[in-house]
Amino acid sequence: MNRIKKLFQEKKNILSIYYTAGYPNTGDTLQIAELLEQSGADILEIGFPYSDPVADGPVIQASSKQSLDQGMTLKLLFEQLKDLRKKVSIPVLLMGYVNPVLQFGVEKFCEACAEVGVDGCIVPDLPMVEYEEFYKDCFEKHNLSNVFLITPQTAEERIHKIDGLTNGFIYLLSSSATTGKNLEVGDTTEAYFSRIKNLNLKNPTMIGFGISDKQTFDKACSYANGAIIGTAFVKAIADGNLEESVSNFMKKFKD
Amino acid sequence: MKYKVNEKGYYGDFGGAYIPEMLYPNVEELRQNYLKIIDDAGFQKEFHQLLKDYVGRPSPLYLAKRYSERYGANIFLKREDLNHTGAHKINNTIGQILLAEKLGKKRIIAETGAGQHGVATATVCALRNLECVIYMGEVDIERQAPNVARMKMLGAKVVPASSGSKTLKDATNEAMRDWINNPVDTHYIIGSVVGPHPYPDMVAIFQSIISEETKKQLLEQTGSDQPDYVLACVGGGSNAMGMFYHFMDDENVKLIAVEAAGKGVSSGFSAATTYLGKEGVLHGSRSILMQTEDGQVVEPHSVSAGLDYPGIGPQHAHLFKTGRGQYVSITDEESLDAGLLCTQLEGIIPAIESAHALAYLEKMEFKGGENVVICLSGRGDKDLDTYIKYFNL
Repeated sequence: MNRIKKLFQEKKNILSIYYTAGYPNTGDTLQIAELLEQSGADILEIGFPYSDPVADGPVIQASSKQSLDQGMTLKLLFEQLKDLRKKVSIPVLLMGYVNPVLQFGVEKFCEACAEVGVDGCIVPDLPMVEYEEFYKDCFEKHNLSNVFLITPQTAEERIHKIDGLTNGFIYLLSSSATTGKNLEVGDTTEAYFSRIKNLNLKNPTMIGFGISDKQTFDKACSYANGAIIGTAFVKAIADGNLEESVSNFMKKFKD
Repeated sequence: MKYKVNEKGYYGDFGGAYIPEMLYPNVEELRQNYLKIIDDAGFQKEFHQLLKDYVGRPSPLYLAKRYSERYGANIFLKREDLNHTGAHKINNTIGQILLAEKLGKKRIIAETGAGQHGVATATVCALRNLECVIYMGEVDIERQAPNVARMKMLGAKVVPASSGSKTLKDATNEAMRDWINNPVDTHYIIGSVVGPHPYPDMVAIFQSIISEETKKQLLEQTGSDQPDYVLACVGGGSNAMGMFYHFMDDENVKLIAVEAAGKGVSSGFSAATTYLGKEGVLHGSRSILMQTEDGQVVEPHSVSAGLDYPGIGPQHAHLFKTGRGQYVSITDEESLDAGLLCTQLEGIIPAIESAHALAYLEKMEFKGGENVVICLSGRGDKDLDTYIKYFNL
């Protein structure tokens, strides 16, 4: 069975961590994955950097730029992940923008994901219609989940369509915002989360954007199957002392 | 209608709307409404009234006599430089501000490179009393100080884009991020025929006034509305698309689009997108863009800030791929020389962008008597510093 599906069947309050591949140093990608699993992460989202990340705030933009300046490429990422499944057993997703995937080749990209043991992808600027027409067969052939995003402005009909198209989880944005904004759960956000919860979607949901500590994480978990942390983690590992910074960061989310 | 957008938002292989979900409701709202709004008789009346009384249209189609003598062909200049604010950009901003009002938007954002589109946007925002925020690369803010001051006088807030190369591409990224963070009350006035569908089509429709007028003026002046050649410069490609629009289906009219070669197409400092680029996705649409093997966008270079962009609009990519348009390039030096030549032959100081189109005349061969229309997209006042330095004036 797909690792993502299995995880959601077995566990509640799932903690997913995003980080940028090749950051802070090019060779750090796999070590961060191992350290995160050891310190209690449930899912990993490894970002492959892009020069023009429009959905990202300043922190992830800067990590992407540094990674690219240091020579990171998608090709290199797959080489770094060659031994992924010898070292890491939790679900791993790749997250990035569509242009590097197009240049790599969609078929080749899906093959490479399957080969190294990646379970799914999040490609924020890949539209649903394009996915359906040109990518879906290839993703399914290689047993890859494609995760879609929804925002407070996403219409209900569209949410159901997304639910039908994906088989991993749905990425629930706490607000329409670029990455790195703080989560403020006011009445409207609460109403939105409850509305989604009451739709009884077939896929689990994960809340992302604005989760940075135990308090915001717990809050998110009361509305969804778990939450995703990106910016706060990328900030925490900036100094490069990985063993210490990863474990210190993850401690904050333990009881 | 062979070269126009299809119902899926594509021009052949190019176009579409490659946007994150956060932008979907905004872009979808536009897609569902833009044609309805634009086709409305009341909208058309107000749009054309403003183009006439405020912008000063129709802009003249001027038979440039000394140019014509020099090249042995009838050289017509479409004088977009005479528009209010000094370039073709205002045709689009007038259209989009009226459309934003119809959609009930209260806040306007825009990106700008040289500052021409920023000024044109700030102008219509002052005119219609709407809040205006302009994103501009830090590097461009430095080199285009007068336009920054104009925007501020017009009441706009100018926000520096400090990511990436700190130029037009990055200003566009920042504007898109603003739109993501302000999804309900804000309209994003994109300045060129780029971006997710329906932007390329919408901007082309507003700029198509250029070729609509040109056809009428040619008919009056030459007895035929079909010239032999139509030329325009291309960065993102909005003046070119406006200039080509009503000629696209006249297959006997040759369309020539002039890109910026910068210091030379092989120098590593160039913006000649069709020559150097490959198919890919940038700023919401599938088109041709300058990129690495890994799909990272390459920084362009041109002496002209308005052409300093690593992509072209999807409709241009389609005209290029089908061979309907001929895409050529002109270097920094060739364009500056052409700018001086135009000044001395015709008493018109052109924008360096427009001078790229003029420069291509030197490379064409005429039998004699052909009718050639060139879009003089903007005036050169903003470029005086560059001209002064290059010619030691």
